[in-house]
Amino acid sequence: MAIRKVLGIETEYGIHGTGAESNPVSASSLLVNAYAAEVDRRTGWDFEDETPGNDARGFAREGSMPPMVETHLANTVLTNGARYYVDHAHPEYSTPECSDPLEAVLHDKAGEEVLRRSMLAALNYPGNPVVIVYKNNSDGKGNSYGCHENYLMDRNVPFTKVVTGIVPHFVTRAIYTGAGKVGSETASFGGARIEFQLTQRAEFFEELVGLETTLKRPIVNTRDEPHADPRRFRRLHVIVGDANLSEVATFLKLGTTALVLAMIEDEAMPARELSLEDPVRAMHRVSADLSLAEPLPVVDGTTITALELQWELFTAARRYAKEHGLAALGEESVGEMVLDRWEAVLHGLETDPTSLVHQLDWVAKHHLLEGYRERHGCDWGDSRLAALDLQYHDLRPERSLFARLSMERLVEDADVARAVTEPPLGTRAWFRGKCLARWPEAVVTANWDSLVFDLGTDPLRRVPMMDPLKGTAEHTASLLDACSGPADLLDRLSS
Amino acid sequence: MAEREQKRRSAPERTETETVEDAPASTERAEKLKAELDDILDEIDEVLEDNAEEFVRNYVQKGGQ
Repeated sequence: MAIRKVLGIETEYGIHGTGAESNPVSASSLLVNAYAAEVDRRTGWDFEDETPGNDARGFAREGSMPPMVETHLANTVLTNGARYYVDHAHPEYSTPECSDPLEAVLHDKAGEEVLRRSMLAALNYPGNPVVIVYKNNSDGKGNSYGCHENYLMDRNVPFTKVVTGIVPHFVTRAIYTGAGKVGSETASFGGARIEFQLTQRAEFFEELVGLETTLKRPIVNTRDEPHADPRRFRRLHVIVGDANLSEVATFLKLGTTALVLAMIEDEAMPARELSLEDPVRAMHRVSADLSLAEPLPVVDGTTITALELQWELFTAARRYAKEHGLAALGEESVGEMVLDRWEAVLHGLETDPTSLVHQLDWVAKHHLLEGYRERHGCDWGDSRLAALDLQYHDLRPERSLFARLSMERLVEDADVARAVTEPPLGTRAWFRGKCLARWPEAVVTANWDSLVFDLGTDPLRRVPMMDPLKGTAEHTASLLDACSGPADLLDRLSS
Repeated sequence: MAEREQKRRSAPERTETETVEDAPASTERAEKLKAELDDILDEIDEVLEDNAEEFVRNYVQKGGQ
């Protein structure tokens, strides 16, 4: 039986600082520190259990080291259970662990709101520095930064099986998850002229499987750092995705992936051979193919288009739902919504992609840019189109082009505002967030799988949280309500 | 090619649901989309960065994950 797909998203935002804050590291720190000061958050991050060098294929470290953890940079934990920090000269927001894909959409949007509030908070600092935040994945000049997804998986499922099952999905889901991009910026297309492609990220991928995230990026990242009991859980760290502004695209990206992973755990994948002959090249071709009709070579000698491959996965998913149920995705209604949306979007892409202009990022962006091109008679190489592309992702409400396109919503603004401070109810993020909200002076550091308390008397006390589905509101609300303070909480937990 | 055409139709559950949108509804939708796009394009120059070329050139990021 597939385990519950607890999930979350980490987004590295693009930034543009002006004047004194043109250095990206200090501009990123300014955003995080300004926000932390405004909400009075001082709890730092605890790095004790971080092991980004562990490899899911079984070895501890590769010759090339994983990215350095930059402990001196701004780093904070919020009362909604999220982590907000500086990573690689970008502000990064990691949502709390969410219990279903719709809740993760809500917290992804709450992350955007935190970045917007950070821009405003930074303006009050000396010199009124303007730092502009973009939710995209590349600068158009060969530099990319990621939007990573994380899914809880059963440790008992062999990693090779996960790789075989998920790669065809990662290569082809781009037809609805792509955020769209003008031109290309790497050697991945062998010099062919690309006017517009479906994704921001695809052309930066060079390997099938590997530990790297910043160079020679692999389709399947092997970082084996479960942030949970390693005997029971695996965390699949997914680095192939674009950062979406569209809620429908984010929901589908998370929902279809969680569903395919559940199908892998329950051995319910399609009977047809879907392993692609050259997944890396296929990924580039899918991104460059606006007709969605390019045949991709399969290892059995046949070919399949991205759309056909997605129909195969969808059909198997419908069957899976009938035979196994959709409990791995949370409430029945959420799993059903994933299936219905998935089918509708494949149908729309097949019949008339412009029917999805209010649902998918790449379709919306392409439609807008084509309209602009037609009106002004400009070529795809015109810098106004590249500017519009960037401005689609600008998070400032008055500058965001995305905000002008009447895109379909799946979550309410009031719920997003609440998620800026309130954690999900159904995961350990609840315990983390509530302890931080109640006793900010006592929680000295936090991590995904522990909290460290300083009671002022004893040595520091660590509370482990090794199961992402424990520490929920249901498990711990009455306990927290009954406690007179953090010392009382620790006494009760250790008794 | 013939083989591919056949496979294209291989997802069983959707062929039933494929209905051809009748022409007037489709035209109406296309016109509505066009009108909506025109409105956005009318206002877009207010939002577009003043010097697009310079703006694009100056948007340089350090590589990340």
